[in-house]
Amino acid sequence: MSILVEPSTRVLVQGITGKYGSQHARLSLSYGTKIVAGVTPGKGGQVFENQVPIFDTVAEAVKQTGATVSAVFVPPPLAADAILEGVNADLDLVVCITEGIPIFDMMKVKRAMQGKRTRLIGPNCPGITTPGEGKDSHGGCRIGIIPGHLHKRGHIGVVSRSGTLTYETVWQLTQLGLGQSTCVGIGGDPIFGTSHLEIIKLMNDDPDTHAIILIGEIGGTSEEEAAEWIKHNCKKPVAGFIAGASAPPGRRMGHAGAIISGKRGTAAAKIEALKAAGVATAATPSVIAETLAKII
Amino acid sequence: MNIHEYQAKLLLAKNGVPAPAGSACTTVGEAVVIAEKLFASGQKQVIVKAQIHAGGRGKGVFKSGLHGGVKLCKTVDDVYRNAKAMFGQMLVTKQTGPEGRRVSRLLIESASAIKRECYLAVLLDRTTSRPVMMVSTEGGMDIEEIAEKTPEKIIRETIDPAIGLMPYQARKLAFSLGFTGDLLHQASKLLQGVYRTWEQNEATLVETNPLCLVEQPDGTVSLVVDAKMSFDDNALFRHPEIRQMRDLAEESPLETEASKFNLNYIKLDGDIACLVNGAGLAMATMDIIVHYGGRPANFLDVGGSASREQVAAGLKIILSGARMQAILVNIFGGIMQCDTIAHGILAAARENSLTCPVVVRLAGTNADLGRKILLESGLPLLSADSLAEAADKAVKAAVSNRSQMAAC
Repeated sequence: MSILVEPSTRVLVQGITGKYGSQHARLSLSYGTKIVAGVTPGKGGQVFENQVPIFDTVAEAVKQTGATVSAVFVPPPLAADAILEGVNADLDLVVCITEGIPIFDMMKVKRAMQGKRTRLIGPNCPGITTPGEGKDSHGGCRIGIIPGHLHKRGHIGVVSRSGTLTYETVWQLTQLGLGQSTCVGIGGDPIFGTSHLEIIKLMNDDPDTHAIILIGEIGGTSEEEAAEWIKHNCKKPVAGFIAGASAPPGRRMGHAGAIISGKRGTAAAKIEALKAAGVATAATPSVIAETLAKII
Repeated sequence: MNIHEYQAKLLLAKNGVPAPAGSACTTVGEAVVIAEKLFASGQKQVIVKAQIHAGGRGKGVFKSGLHGGVKLCKTVDDVYRNAKAMFGQMLVTKQTGPEGRRVSRLLIESASAIKRECYLAVLLDRTTSRPVMMVSTEGGMDIEEIAEKTPEKIIRETIDPAIGLMPYQARKLAFSLGFTGDLLHQASKLLQGVYRTWEQNEATLVETNPLCLVEQPDGTVSLVVDAKMSFDDNALFRHPEIRQMRDLAEESPLETEASKFNLNYIKLDGDIACLVNGAGLAMATMDIIVHYGGRPANFLDVGGSASREQVAAGLKIILSGARMQAILVNIFGGIMQCDTIAHGILAAARENSLTCPVVVRLAGTNADLGRKILLESGLPLLSADSLAEAADKAVKAAVSNRSQMAAC
C-alpha cells in the first residue's frame, strides 16, 4: 500500500512531446512506471518512444488506455487549461509540475475544481513517487521529476513544498536504510491543489506508512494548519523541517509562495507550531532523516 | 513587479478611481509648471512626492541632509526649492537599505483638506485561494499594526474570482466605512473600480492607503486615493503595458543580470555567498550557514535542474559583487548530473579569479565523479560530503580568510 499512486497506477503525460515532458516520461518509463498514454493536441496517432500512444485529448486517452492519473508538463500559459482538461476527464489525480502559472489562472482552476472528484497536486511541484521493490527502487510509480533511484521502498511518508530539498531528505532516509512509502511534493506556489494537511491525513490512514516527514518553508499557513491537526489526531511519529529561517521579510525566495508578508509566514512561527504539535523538528537540513530516526 | 505611485494612480484612473489632481515630472521646470496650474485652479497647498519603490518616504532622509521625501508646499517657490533639493539625490528610508534610492521623478499633487482617511486593499487570500478586499476606518496607518492591535477594525470581503466583486459587496464595505447617502454610491463605485484595476492587470496587490474624503476648493466633498500596486510576474507575458512600466533603476543590477539567465538571486548583507539548485534547498543552505555561525551574502537558486551554463553564470554573478569571505556551492544532482555541474564550476572558476575559499558539496547523481573532477583540477576548492560539513567548512574558511586579510 501507499498513498495516491501505486506501482500498478496507469499514468498519462500531458505535454509528452515537449522538452521536459519527453525527458521525464522517458525516465519514468525506465523506472518501470506504467506510462500508458501521452497527450499533445495535434499529435494524436503518433507513438512516443515506440511504446506510448499519443492522443489529441485527455478524454480520448482515458477512454483508450484506462489512465487514471495525469502528469502535466505543459508550459505556464496553457497549464490551467491542461489541468481542467484532466479534471473534466474525471481523472483521480492530476499532478502539475509546471512552474510559473499566473495566479489568476490558478484561482480560476481552484474555483472550477470545487465539487469535482479529481485531486490536484502542485503546481510548481516535483511530483510524487511510490518506490518499487526492485534495485534502486525500480518498478515504482514515478510521476514528475524526482530522481527515482534516490528512493528505497519502505514505510516513511514524505510531504514537502520543495524540490531539491525533498531529494535531499529522501536521499538522507535511503542512506540511513529508511525506505519510503510515498513521497509527495505539494509545490511552492501560493495557490496549490493539495495541502500538507491533506497528505498527512492520507498518510495517517495508510497502513504502510509508519512515520512521516513534513518539509515546509516560509509563506502561507499550510504548515501551521497541518501542525494543528497533527497535535490532536496524528497516530504516527512526525519529524519536520522548515526552510527560510534566515530569509529577509518581503522578498520572494525563488518559489512564488515563499515570502514573509508583514509578520505572517515566518519560519519561527511555523517551527513553533510544529513543536507545539509534538513534531520533532530538525535543527538543520542536514539532520532531517536523523531526527526522524531518533523518534521511531 | 512593482511600479511607482504615479503609475498606479494612472492605472486606477482608467477605471474611474480618482487621485488628487496633479502629475509626475522629471525636471524642476516641469514641477513648477504643474504647481502653477494647481495653484491657479484654487488649490491652497501642493504636495511634492519623491517617486521611488519604497515605503516610508515621508520619514526618509536624503543623503544631502534634507529631511522627508514628501513635502507640503504653500507657494510655487516652495515647490521649486523642494524639487530642486530632491532631484538626483539619494533618499534613504526604512525600506531602501543604507544605500538609498536615487530620486529621478517627482509627483506634484494638490493637497486638499482631508476630512477623513480610510484604508483599502485588494490582495490574494492564500487560505481561500480567492481575492479579498480589506477595508478599515484607520486610514494612513500601517495595516500590520492595525491587524495586530485592533483586528476588529479590519473588514474583509472574499471575492468569487468567477464573478468578481458584486455591487452589493462594494456597498457593504462602503457602508462599514461609514459612508452614507451620495457618498455611499461614490465609495462603492470607487471600490469596484479598484477591484477592476486589480483584476484587469493581474495585480498581486492594490493598496490605497489612505483613501481620503477631501473637501475641494469649491466646497464639494469627494474621494481620492493614494496608491501602491504590485503585479504577478508570471502574468506579465500578457500585459505588455505593465511590462513597460518596469523601472530598472529600482532593481539591483545583479538581480537583473541573474534574471537574464533564469536565476533567482537576492542580495543579503552577509559575507558567505551561496549557490544552490532549487529554492527550498537554497533557503535551507542559508539557514545552515547561520546555524554554524556565518552570515549568508545572498540567496541564489540556479534552478532545480540547473545546467552547466547556469551554474557558471551564477558563480560569475557572485564573484562580480562585493568581496566575499567564502563561497558555498551546494548542488543536489538529480536529472542534471554532478559531473556536468563540476565542469561548469571549473569553467567559471578559471574564467573569474577566485578571491576567496570555495567549498563545494555535490550530492546525488554522479556525485563521486563530480568530486573527483574538482579535486583533480588543481583549483583551491574544498570538498564536502554532507550539507553540515559544507556549512562548517565554509564558515571556518570565512573566519580564517578574514583574519588573514586583517593581518595583511
